[in-house]
Amino acid sequence: MTAGLSRRAAICGIGQTEFSKESGRTELQLACECVKSALDDAGLSPADVDGLVTFTMDTTEEIDVVRNLGIGELSMFSRVPYGGGAAAGTVLQAAMAVATGVADVVVCYRAFNERSGMRFGGFASTLTSMPLFLSWYGPYGLLTPASWVALHARRYMETYGVTNADFAPIAVVDRKHAATNPDAWFHGRPITVEDHQASRWIVEPVLRLLDCCQESDGGVAIVVTSTERARDLRQVPAVIEAAAQGATFDGESMTSYYRDDLTGLQEMGAVARRLWSMSGLSPDDIQTAFLYDHFTPFVLMQLEELGFCGRGEAKEFATVENLSIGGRLPINTNGGLLGEAYIHGMNGITEGVRQVRGTSHNQVDAVEHVLVTSGTGVPTSGLILGRD
Amino acid sequence: MSGRLAPSMTPDTEFFWQGCRDHRLLIQRCTDCGALRHPPRPMCPSCTSLAWETVEASGRGTVLSFVMPRHPQFPGFDERYMVALVELEEGTRLVSNLVGTTPEEASIGMAVEVRFEQFDNDVVLPQFVPAGADADAAGGTAGTGADR
Ligand SMILES: [Zn+2]
Repeated sequence: MTAGLSRRAAICGIGQTEFSKESGRTELQLACECVKSALDDAGLSPADVDGLVTFTMDTTEEIDVVRNLGIGELSMFSRVPYGGGAAAGTVLQAAMAVATGVADVVVCYRAFNERSGMRFGGFASTLTSMPLFLSWYGPYGLLTPASWVALHARRYMETYGVTNADFAPIAVVDRKHAATNPDAWFHGRPITVEDHQASRWIVEPVLRLLDCCQESDGGVAIVVTSTERARDLRQVPAVIEAAAQGATFDGESMTSYYRDDLTGLQEMGAVARRLWSMSGLSPDDIQTAFLYDHFTPFVLMQLEELGFCGRGEAKEFATVENLSIGGRLPINTNGGLLGEAYIHGMNGITEGVRQVRGTSHNQVDAVEHVLVTSGTGVPTSGLILGRD
Repeated sequence: MSGRLAPSMTPDTEFFWQGCRDHRLLIQRCTDCGALRHPPRPMCPSCTSLAWETVEASGRGTVLSFVMPRHPQFPGFDERYMVALVELEEGTRLVSNLVGTTPEEASIGMAVEVRFEQFDNDVVLPQFVPAGADADAAGGTAGTGADR
């Protein structure tokens, strides 16, 4: 089926701006800066680019990237929906374009002022009318991404006897890895389980402050070309061993409350099946992973959907020891969305590339295959990156 | 009592909100195969029929999940208001508020029944109280600040 795409394309360049709480410049400028930085990293020029992919939520038009960077003619441009679920999906779109010859060099980008501009957690405070999608939730006060996730996650907690304290290791590991990543907002600022448990409730009894990712300003870009061409470029290619998107029946974007089973993340399960079958790999083959961590409970549920442990077993699997460098599955070695920055998951893909190259600030030994997931609770996507 | 932001509606969904104004909890039912569905939509996913009607729910259901959003605080809601996912005895689910009880007394699996609350900007919403609760004793909403 999709096995034909495996290893045909590679990530040959990555770029990013600084990650901050107030970039002081437009989202358009952030986008241009990160795209330029990624092309420089690849050793390519704007004239080499013939494809662009971003999120439907991104405010920067493809033609404005073209006009600013002096890119010539584009042969493909597409956008991926569902917020952070789009991240790896942009790379899938790029890989498909490259593998089919529709484009030669595709840049995926995401840039926003999510802290100093429009904040996802705060938009409801400024509403003067209820958007249609929110009409089944907003009138009752279910108005934030945290609350949408919490209502789902509480069913998981009830079913498997999970409490908020079981989420602490995710936050602690992310901040531990961020502490030694100079690019991370929380560089040098690790936390303890006690800090996690002392942080205030955001949505009781599911999410405390330290279960919720940051809000950040910044941009990240990723350059995709054929594996063949990537071999001749400046960087060690991060070969796309598998790329997948997934949506399943009766879902919504973050409020999928209508399926029989509320204890999993069906879309991630669908992505996982495709990733494993396309790559021919299994969880035992993965040395490190970036698991999308907008809210900690969904990291535990991802571990189960991806097959790193059985249903209901994530609270035993997800210890600080297991998830740290040197453990069974080091995760979010850049600090994740909680520790490094919230660039809608695109900064997880760049960290996956660095792990393959061997250039992470928190490098895992002998990396052959890295798993990267995108936003959960929404139609989503994932990647397995590996060495050529 | 303060207001709630009014839901937006389309021709596919307005029957539900009109039902609330009439204090009737309505569920969309496929005229051809009889399957119930919520939230409302134009086509039946079981048989692709576009023909539908509505049935009035008993109003009885079970709490599948509930949470207390604490931050940010929105005007018109108590400090620990409860939002619940309720499964109706007919089988469909909806999100609503759990009122007339406390976070300590409420539990997943508890039986609840619907009440309709008119907020002061004319928005009428279904709210759920513990089953069998006296209508007056179960008074108060998640947004009145009523002493419970
Ligand atoms: Zn039908």
